[in-house]
Amino acid sequence: MAKTKIETDHGLNVRMFLTGLALVVLYLIITTLLIYLGVGYGLVIVIVAALIFSQYYFSDKIAMFSMHAHEVTPAEEPRLHEIVDRLCLLANMPKPRVGVAEMDIPNAFATGRSPSHAVICATRGIMARLSDEELEAVLAHELSHVAHRDVAIMTIASGVGMLAGLVSRMAMWGAMLGGGGGGGGRGGNNNDNAALVELATWVVSILIYVVAYLLTMALSRYRELAADRSGAILIGKPSVLASALVHITGDMGRIPRTDLRKAETMNAFFFVPALAGGTAASLFSTHPSLEKRLDALTKLERELNG
Amino acid sequence: MGLRDALFGRTKQVAPQLDNIFALPAAALTLQSELDLVTSGQAGLCFKSGSGESTLLSDADIMELLNFEAEKDSVSLSTDDLGFKWLVINDPTVDGLVTKIHSANATMVEHELGPRLLCAVFGFVPATPPGEGAVRLVYLLKQGTFYPFAPTGPNQRDNELELRVKSFLSTDLVMEKDLSRWMALWNLPVR
Repeated sequence: MAKTKIETDHGLNVRMFLTGLALVVLYLIITTLLIYLGVGYGLVIVIVAALIFSQYYFSDKIAMFSMHAHEVTPAEEPRLHEIVDRLCLLANMPKPRVGVAEMDIPNAFATGRSPSHAVICATRGIMARLSDEELEAVLAHELSHVAHRDVAIMTIASGVGMLAGLVSRMAMWGAMLGGGGGGGGRGGNNNDNAALVELATWVVSILIYVVAYLLTMALSRYRELAADRSGAILIGKPSVLASALVHITGDMGRIPRTDLRKAETMNAFFFVPALAGGTAASLFSTHPSLEKRLDALTKLERELNG
Repeated sequence: MGLRDALFGRTKQVAPQLDNIFALPAAALTLQSELDLVTSGQAGLCFKSGSGESTLLSDADIMELLNFEAEKDSVSLSTDDLGFKWLVINDPTVDGLVTKIHSANATMVEHELGPRLLCAVFGFVPATPPGEGAVRLVYLLKQGTFYPFAPTGPNQRDNELELRVKSFLSTDLVMEKDLSRWMALWNLPVR
């Protein structure tokens, strides 16, 4: 991150730090809880850590697989490669592998455990919808994610959520075992107390899980804003990134280019349509709202010009 | 689809909704005053020909069934490269187009061909060319909703113009609220 010629936004840094700090505090609470719960969990933690690590280590392969993306050569996608080449020279970073996902949803992503193992990927939908300049802005945003090592940071952050979920399950088992095993010679009163304590642990760890999840989402939104900012500074034109965002994330991004006649089964042409899902509340969203991102970019445009 | 149908894996064929189409003439006035768009004089009805007892064997059968024999020169029938039939109607007025499309729809439904209907398309062009480009209003017969389609190239559409059309017409027409249903109709034979 220090190498790249990208200026910092102090307010954003402070908020990211606070979110991170809150996550660390959560880690502490969880560790305390684990110690309180006693033995046997060491192994489980090792397993969870291994899971989280492999999720991080193979992030490029996992993401490419789940997005149905494949790597493309410069001969296959000269335009995409040229844009990435230029941006990497500008930002002084190693060129990631370049991929294309065969889907109409306008989207792009970058992932990989380190800048030298990164892959940057665009869908067919985004390539068809955006002008070269707008596509460059979106790819600059994605390259900023790589430069910021967002995969590592978000893996660590979401690891907390997994650990918390684990603790809550442990506590639930504990409550069941405690209730069954202690019933031999002792009175019912003692049993009830133990069960109550376990129940309380269980409730607390679920609360922790929820809070950890919300904090992870908040952190993700800040990282998005940071990538918007760095990407816009890299290409020097926040307005172009703003117009790209309007084209892909607003209403326009939802209008398909798929042909009605080809989509007949999907579109429930002959049959009763499925219910359309509602939109998730912004609190649970990994991305900031379009308005927030546009506001931030407008502000940046003023800063750059003024 | 009800719970029992879901349990037994049955899907009912959907009857088309024909009546919302009658709001179109009023919407055409709005299009003219707000966006300077007038009818292109063409409308199309897109449906899938299938096999079975109720199959329409030939184009001539369809024309006969739809009772358009009398005005052959203003009506044409073609099959596109995706295997869908297009009944294209020429009429200088929106009212005329709506009436003819509706009567074709009603006849299809009468002969139990309703489930085969895909959509009706009405063409609109700038009154003073070049203007902002042509817009088709697509009527989804199953949903009973309209949406705009403004192609600008073989695989490109003007989403901005489409959203503006929607904002002007949402009081006149039942617009399709789910934007992911605003499917494209590339290379459609309706002007």
